[in-house]
Amino acid sequence: MTSQIKRGVSLYSYQNETFQGKMTLEDAVRTSAELGACGIEIIGEQTFWGWPEVGVAQADIDHWHALMAKYGTTPVSHDFMLDYKRYKGREMPFGEQVASVKKDVDFGAALGMKYIRALVSIAPEVLVAAAPYAEEKGIKILIEVHAPLHFDHPWIIRHAEAFEKSGSDALGFLPDMGMFLFGFPPVWKEKFMRIGVPANIADYIVKAYEDRVLSEYVILNVRDMGGVGPAIAMAETLRHNAAFEPKRMLDYMPRIHNVHGKFYEMTEDYIEPSIPYDEIVRVLQQGGYQGYICSEYEGNRWIEDAQEPDSVEQVRRQQVMLAKLLGETEVPSLKTPVAA
Amino acid sequence: MMDNKMICPELFENVIEDGRATGFVFLGRLPYYRGLGLSMIEDLAVTVDGEAMPREAIRFTVRDKTYTLDEMETVYDNRWNFGEKARITVLKDGGLAAGPHAIDFAVRMRVSYLPFVPTTKGSRELQMAA
Repeated sequence: MTSQIKRGVSLYSYQNETFQGKMTLEDAVRTSAELGACGIEIIGEQTFWGWPEVGVAQADIDHWHALMAKYGTTPVSHDFMLDYKRYKGREMPFGEQVASVKKDVDFGAALGMKYIRALVSIAPEVLVAAAPYAEEKGIKILIEVHAPLHFDHPWIIRHAEAFEKSGSDALGFLPDMGMFLFGFPPVWKEKFMRIGVPANIADYIVKAYEDRVLSEYVILNVRDMGGVGPAIAMAETLRHNAAFEPKRMLDYMPRIHNVHGKFYEMTEDYIEPSIPYDEIVRVLQQGGYQGYICSEYEGNRWIEDAQEPDSVEQVRRQQVMLAKLLGETEVPSLKTPVAA
Repeated sequence: MMDNKMICPELFENVIEDGRATGFVFLGRLPYYRGLGLSMIEDLAVTVDGEAMPREAIRFTVRDKTYTLDEMETVYDNRWNFGEKARITVLKDGGLAAGPHAIDFAVRMRVSYLPFVPTTKGSRELQMAA
């Protein structure tokens, strides 16, 4: 049976290529569409130069809609940033933060999005204050639950309580699957070894992660093993990452409307070695999720010192995996190669 | 992130005014997956062959608008966009001699959601034409 869950891509995934001008917006949309990943998520200010301080020309917004029509894709989410540290030495005042979110609501609506993504550090009061405006515009504001935070963290619980109290259904969650980091990513280990972590220490950290040892003990043990600099940095990744359980999403399903399919590496045989997508899909289906899982490739920064990332191939592999897990019979494939 | 893509190879030349070299210029990109408003660029640091250039000597230019680093701190209506090549000018009497130069380019940025203020540094050898 085919799942109600839909496949999409966050264009964040192609950042290595778009940053260097090796892929255009059209290349990114077409590539995603060919893979059957027809939901498109963007970071507004990555995709549209000028947003938010300078603004975006109507011609650029028209071009976006023309691409969506040409490739049969659906706008899913505009991920906004809200730079509340814009002013040196003082935080942006509350009212200005709310006004800024409303501006992103407008931009999301102009792009035909259903959702806008709020970063997890934004205060719940700001989102609650912007919610009535979002409702008017037909937009939901989703806070991204991202490691090191997770669904049992008091900060997220505070958000959940504020959302319930507001009574607004324009507020919700966008979980990032990186919080379910079951294994230490091989690309992380390899990067740390390239910058000088001895093999015995790297092996120990990976094993300690598998054994779910508390990060502070691992850091102390690495010090005792003679670890310095990069070895401590590798151990400290355990402070910010953990194998939280996908089933923790179940309590929040009515407010989960989009999912970041974070991945660090897809192997040739279509496996993400560190994130349990089979369990994730099972939980989302159990919870009746009907939204998108948007690919979010973040391995680029872990390998770019050693090789040129191939973001398109990585996204293709994840989409093949997702299609299989979702019970699709057709294997996603690319028809138009992107010039490397 | 993107530290090896910060310094672009396609422009490296002396700035000539009234027949005299008054400095040099190269193209730099923000090492980040998005752009940033200029007020959040806390510092740009340039080192040439191991010699640190003074902060006051640096000029930042995007889309024909030029700023000192102190000016940038209160610029709220302009951005360094994602992947955008900014002209990084360093005022240095006499410019640089022809030949290879080791350039370090570091960006310190104030990122709202991060619990620290990151500095990212890129290094590249560039050839000054004779």
